[in-house]
Amino acid sequence: MISVKNLYKSFEGNSVLKNVSVTFEKGKTNLVIGQSGSGKTVLMKCLVGLVEADKGQILYDDLDFANLSFSERKVIRKNLGMLFQGGALFDSLNVEENIIFPLDMFTNMTKDEKIERANFCLKRVNLENVNKLFPAELSGGMKKRVAIARAIANNPEYLFCDEPNSGLDPKTAIVIDNLISEITKEYNMTTIINTHDMNSVMEIGDKVAFIHLGELWWEGDRNAILETDNKELNNFIYASELMRKLKKES
Amino acid sequence: MNLFYHFGSYFVLMAKVFKRPEKASIYMRQIIVEMDNLGLKSIGIVAIISVFMGAVVTIQTVFNIDNPFMPVYAVGYTTRQSIILEFSPTIISLVLAGKVGSRISSEIGTMRVTEQVDALEIMGINSAGYLILPKVVASMIINPVLIIISMLLGILGGWFAAVFGGILPEAHYIIGILLEFSFYDITYALIKTIVFAFLIATISGYFGYNTKGGALEVGQSSTKAVVFSSIFIILFNLILTQILLA
Repeated sequence: MISVKNLYKSFEGNSVLKNVSVTFEKGKTNLVIGQSGSGKTVLMKCLVGLVEADKGQILYDDLDFANLSFSERKVIRKNLGMLFQGGALFDSLNVEENIIFPLDMFTNMTKDEKIERANFCLKRVNLENVNKLFPAELSGGMKKRVAIARAIANNPEYLFCDEPNSGLDPKTAIVIDNLISEITKEYNMTTIINTHDMNSVMEIGDKVAFIHLGELWWEGDRNAILETDNKELNNFIYASELMRKLKKES
Repeated sequence: MNLFYHFGSYFVLMAKVFKRPEKASIYMRQIIVEMDNLGLKSIGIVAIISVFMGAVVTIQTVFNIDNPFMPVYAVGYTTRQSIILEFSPTIISLVLAGKVGSRISSEIGTMRVTEQVDALEIMGINSAGYLILPKVVASMIINPVLIIISMLLGILGGWFAAVFGGILPEAHYIIGILLEFSFYDITYALIKTIVFAFLIATISGYFGYNTKGGALEVGQSSTKAVVFSSIFIILFNLILTQILLA
């Protein structure tokens, strides 16, 4: 479980996160939604330590991430997996080497064991016979799947996904969403997903937090989100013609 | 103020770069890869420049020494000293600042803007150390080898110009090349080369690592890496020459 308490972050006097308090539960897909520029990515970067928060606490179970030393953070980071918006696969390594990379760094597994683990992870994301391909040779959806395979290679306790559906067609986006959701349940991970895709919310949102102008405006589950009277959230949800039509019909 | 900021950031980054590596065997493997990428793949350009540089130095020396009291073998001597003391270590290092420096900066800069550096950090890896340290060590090992090759080819280029250009008898050129040879000249050149290699790899690594933005900024970082590496090579050339030869 990850708890965020009274988190603040600003850049050059511009407040990006204001008093954000939210809990992300274990074994659930926790979605953070909001418009572009609302502060979702900064929140995620604060959670993983890529950006230092100005004030507030980030608790990994009971450990306050902000007050940990570099080596203590390293221990937590070994239990983190992250899926970046563009995949962030290492260009100079092929698919197999990308997945093996964290194992090379932090385990004493033999070469055969590492290859076996890489093949297992690739199979888990429904990709086979791509081991020797380089990232430049993969489609957008394949890159995302390889990135998921790399993120789960080390059996992480926490999985972070920054806009996993960006740049994907709706069908592939649903495949990626379901894959993340299945893996979350299977490995009982705490998964946090940044998205502005309402399909993802309705498909896999066990818990949803809505961030607006750097503040937490609403939290609940995917069923409650359609019945909310929160004005800003409704503006966000029903921004598209399709959603407005669906609302009318229901 | 901006200059002080960059100096401070550079030393902060270097403190990160020279932290104890997570796994020495991985770093060793990277050093070998970088020796190939940064060193062996530069042999072609180093060879071409060195041969022609040696030939030009010889021709220019011949046509500038028209004093009948100056022995003809002085041409070989001057060519050797020019190549060993200055042309190979400094000019070739400037060429490498362009070729290798831009490669290092654009590689790390691209990794930065495509979040690959963040991915390393998330994994708990010291990204600065993993990306820059192997390049620094590889450059400091392989650049002296390149410079020795450059010295040999430069002197060979002078020999070609002397013999096939018909401007100097071969025997005179060889006498000049062997005249009063001091091994300290080679040591001096290699010390300079190692310092220049360190400057090229760290300055280029610094600009690449601190790239923010997109493709345009990667290009700008690359340009800055080459410009500042070259400036510091020239500056340290003066300082080292004063210290080592004065």
